Amino acid sequence: MRYIFLIFALCVVVVVAVAGKRGDLSRRPPIELFPDMDRQPKLRPQAPNDFFPDGRSSRLIIPGTVARGEHFEDTPANTGRLPGGTNLVESIPLEITEAMLNRGQQRFNINCSPCHGSMGDGNGITKRIGAMGVVADLHDPRVVKLTDGELFNTITYGKNLMGAYGPNVPVEDRWAIIAYLRTLQLSRLGNIDEVPAPFRTQFKK
Amino acid sequence: MSDIFPKWTNRLPLMIITGALLGGTGVTAGVWYYCTNKYANVGYMPVQPVAFSHAIHADQLGMDCRYCHNAVEKSWYSNIPTSSLCMNCHNQVLKDDPKLALVRETAQSGQPIHWVQIHKVPDYVFFNHSVHVNRGLSCVECHGQINKMDEVSQAKSLNMTFCLECHRDPAAHLRPLDKITDLDWQPKSAESQRADGAKFMHDWKVESLQNCSTCHR
Repeated sequence: MRYIFLIFALCVVVVVAVAGKRGDLSRRPPIELFPDMDRQPKLRPQAPNDFFPDGRSSRLIIPGTVARGEHFEDTPANTGRLPGGTNLVESIPLEITEAMLNRGQQRFNINCSPCHGSMGDGNGITKRIGAMGVVADLHDPRVVKLTDGELFNTITYGKNLMGAYGPNVPVEDRWAIIAYLRTLQLSRLGNIDEVPAPFRTQFKK
Repeated sequence: MSDIFPKWTNRLPLMIITGALLGGTGVTAGVWYYCTNKYANVGYMPVQPVAFSHAIHADQLGMDCRYCHNAVEKSWYSNIPTSSLCMNCHNQVLKDDPKLALVRETAQSGQPIHWVQIHKVPDYVFFNHSVHVNRGLSCVECHGQINKMDEVSQAKSLNMTFCLECHRDPAAHLRPLDKITDLDWQPKSAESQRADGAKFMHDWKVESLQNCSTCHR
């Protein structure tokens, strides 16, 4: 009788020793015990697929075409330029709302603050750890004097060492960021007389 | 007259029953413990082509998840960023580091980096990232504390029970929209989570969807 218990205990020890416990880190891909249609030969985004010669499932944009939902019209809101020319617009060609400013703040903190800092003063984390030498201070008079169209152009295509954010930040968000940046700049440049009367008491002298 | 069966065979029925009971219990326990995503998938940590550390970028540097996964709020899948996005910083930061050679090379050539996908649901499950992150479900609920991982491993089972636990009781998991990518955020208390969760469900019209067709089409 005790052999039965012994054999049982041995089996348990062997299985646990070989298989380990739940949650153990493993380099091997998970075993799919019943792979019924779990992995289908359909295209999945950003996954390799043999259907196309270059093996990509997410197709690159074909030159001269526009993806659905993309902005392509030659309007100031899409290009930051006056229609038909190369002149950049003076001010944001969209209506500025509170929702837009809130959106701008959120997007600024996601996309811009790592380098320019959440105050826009150029003291983002990359500067503080000494990883980047030159980061523009967005309160610099040079930047303050730029037109909204020029800021839009810089965000879209980058400038000097700053990369292009056009591919990552949609058009509306770029304008929202610019609107928020202007409020950041005003927070340093404005004076108490410019604040609407009901809100003045909220500021300490 | 000699014995046909030796004496120990008297105990044979008992041994068979004990053996069958033990064996049955063992096999059942083994299947229960091992034949599940909680064992098979949790802890999967493949070697990635570039040793990208979420702990450094998201936690130490405090970058938002959406700096890189920038389409997650609009798209059903959470995109892997292009190499050129990495180069926004790494054209200056660690610009000659050999660990980033592949990033520089692919940013130059336009070829993709073959990152290994870790979190997978079956292809007949239609999980939509945007609808979850836009209505109060944080990354951390399914992906665990990615911001503490140097190398990403799967933290949750992502099996159907896992999905249903939340779909049966969304109020226990919803959080304010500005805390979606704050993976360290905790509710003040269980009661406040309950109250806020119920409010979020009402405000954002979150339903406790449990139809098959919610996820399977």
